[in-house]
Amino acid sequence: MTETIVIAELSNNAVHPSTAELVSAAMKLGDSPTLIVPCTDASVANSAVGMGAASIIAAKAEAFANYDAKGWASAIDAVAPQGIIVTGSSPQSKDVAARLAARRSLSVVQDAVAVDGTTVTSPLYSGKAMQTVSINGNVVVSVRSNIFPAASGGAEGTSVVDTTGDVATSVQEFMARASERLDVAEANIIISGGRGMGSPENFTHLESIADTIGAAVGASRAAVDTWEDIPHTMQVGQTGKTVNPNLYIAVGISGAIQHLAGMRSSKYIVAINKDADAPIFQHADYGIVATWEEALPVLQTTLANMMA
Amino acid sequence: MPHILVLVKQVPDTNAKIVIGSDRVDLSAVKMVMSPYDEFAVETALRHKEASGGEVTALTVGGPAADKILKDAKAIGVDNIVRVDNAETLDSNGLQTVLFQAVQALGAEVVYCGKSAADTGAGSTGPGLAERLGWGSVSNIIGADFTSGVSVMAPSHGGQVKLSVPVPAVISCDKGNFKVRKPNVKGIMQAKRAKVDVHSFEAPAPSVVVVNHTLPPAKPAGKTYEGGDAAAEVAKLLREEANII
Ligand SMILES: Cc1cc2nc3c(=O)[nH]c(=O)nc-3n(C[C@H](O)[C@H](O)[C@H](O)COP(=O)(O)OP(=O)(O)OC[C@H]3O[C@@H](n4cnc5c(N)ncnc54)[C@H](O)[C@@H]3O)c2cc1C
Ligand SMILES: Nc1ncnc2c1ncn2[C@@H]1O[C@H](COP(=O)(O)O)[C@@H](O)[C@H]1O
Repeated sequence: MTETIVIAELSNNAVHPSTAELVSAAMKLGDSPTLIVPCTDASVANSAVGMGAASIIAAKAEAFANYDAKGWASAIDAVAPQGIIVTGSSPQSKDVAARLAARRSLSVVQDAVAVDGTTVTSPLYSGKAMQTVSINGNVVVSVRSNIFPAASGGAEGTSVVDTTGDVATSVQEFMARASERLDVAEANIIISGGRGMGSPENFTHLESIADTIGAAVGASRAAVDTWEDIPHTMQVGQTGKTVNPNLYIAVGISGAIQHLAGMRSSKYIVAINKDADAPIFQHADYGIVATWEEALPVLQTTLANMMA
Repeated sequence: MPHILVLVKQVPDTNAKIVIGSDRVDLSAVKMVMSPYDEFAVETALRHKEASGGEVTALTVGGPAADKILKDAKAIGVDNIVRVDNAETLDSNGLQTVLFQAVQALGAEVVYCGKSAADTGAGSTGPGLAERLGWGSVSNIIGADFTSGVSVMAPSHGGQVKLSVPVPAVISCDKGNFKVRKPNVKGIMQAKRAKVDVHSFEAPAPSVVVVNHTLPPAKPAGKTYEGGDAAAEVAKLLREEANII
């Protein structure tokens, strides 16, 4: 069978747990995944033990200190064996996936949600349809999170390979500092507010629930466009971020098709809206017809008690 | 004087309802438009030209029907319009190989494209093309500045960074923090008369082939509750039924 290579997802100087999902997707496409951990400090790779990879390589390069597509792809390419490559589907990982594929004159399939031997399924038209393709030979596949089960076991040790990347861009200046809050693209739970929140100050109610359950705060485009304090980085939807969390809580969001495009594949959707006819309810697993003023305090208290 | 290339793709209007006929998406009744992020790419390319001189060429890979979006780009102000005639379905390797040859033939110093096409949603073309050209790339920019060289605003770990981008480079554009210009009457008249320059290039056999298209699985109907107090019940279900909290 085909060799598979998994590129680890990183977060806060550790291998992100979703990497174990990539390993299990890789096992459906081929054999014994080699996990490559891009890092500047090889000890980071230790956190990948137990995620099911047959071998773990800490790929150590200065190029991994900051993100540069060319630098990352060249440094990873130098250590990755030939085979089917599996990556995560964050914007950065998709970028690297495309680069790696091009470097090897391969095709890339982005955002896989199902894998079956030699076929891969991914969304088309922002999820309004699904496309299944057959793959012939080596390809690069980026995989959505929260869909595949996490693999476990595997290699108990790691090896370190030094590599170098051919970096093309340089940071001039940090414009907007990364906020202290979790980014919606990385979160397992997201609570988003729309125009129905009435004012940007009211987003503090969403933030306190987010803090209680470890969620990120997102927003609809109407909220981003109406209020300067709600940055575009929070926007979920067709012209914002595509998210795929375990739980998406939409508060005061009507559920326009362009918003749904960014979040409809969430595992569970909760909607809080005062209008029983809001389209978001057709997509919600749990709908609450109420104003947020009534519902959020109850939700906050109940969740706080549950987490205590 | 840089030659600035901008990639544009024809896609179904994002408001269109998508239907499946037998096992393929049926687009026969759907309005086709320029992919939304490509509008930001065209705007950024025009701003680049305004700052540095040179000329802007809009390029698409597709059949004759795609001439329409080239004319749209012309009406907005690009200098040249080029179509690489390729009606058959290309996989990403095929598309990028064709684009690579086009860039070599046309001799561009910088290529702008959309962050992702509204049909594929992939975001593969910009970084993939850059890799083949041996160029740098920045993806998903939300703004650009041409006062000295090219610098762009790009997302980074939930924040933003300003990056200087040595050319040649491929730059993919997200929805920017600026407005895109609309065509004026003069532009529309000029676009009507404009001639599309048609090329064709060889593509490798695809290694990724479409098996079928399906509609996403319908979600079972959810539970709906009245009144804010129901939030307590929903929180419990999130723990007991959904195993999330
Ligand atoms: C090309 C294009 C791209 C787009 N991209 C995006 C995108 O990426 N993301 C996106 O979100 N949108 C996008 N949109 C916009 C989209 O069409 C909608 O306009 C937008 O999603 C609406 O946001 P909203 O639901 O917050 O606001 P509204 O539609 O105004 O809905 C507000 C909701 O709040 C409810 N409400 C009001 N008061 C309360 C209260 N006190 N308590 C509870 N509920 C209350 C109302 O019943 C209503 O349902 C795009 C549109 C276009 C044309
Ligand atoms: N057939 C095509 N012709 C011209 N440009 C394209 C084509 N396909 C993709 N692109 C460009 O690449 C961007 C990203 O496309 P994708 O990689 O498919 O998400 C698009 O927004 C376009 O700018």
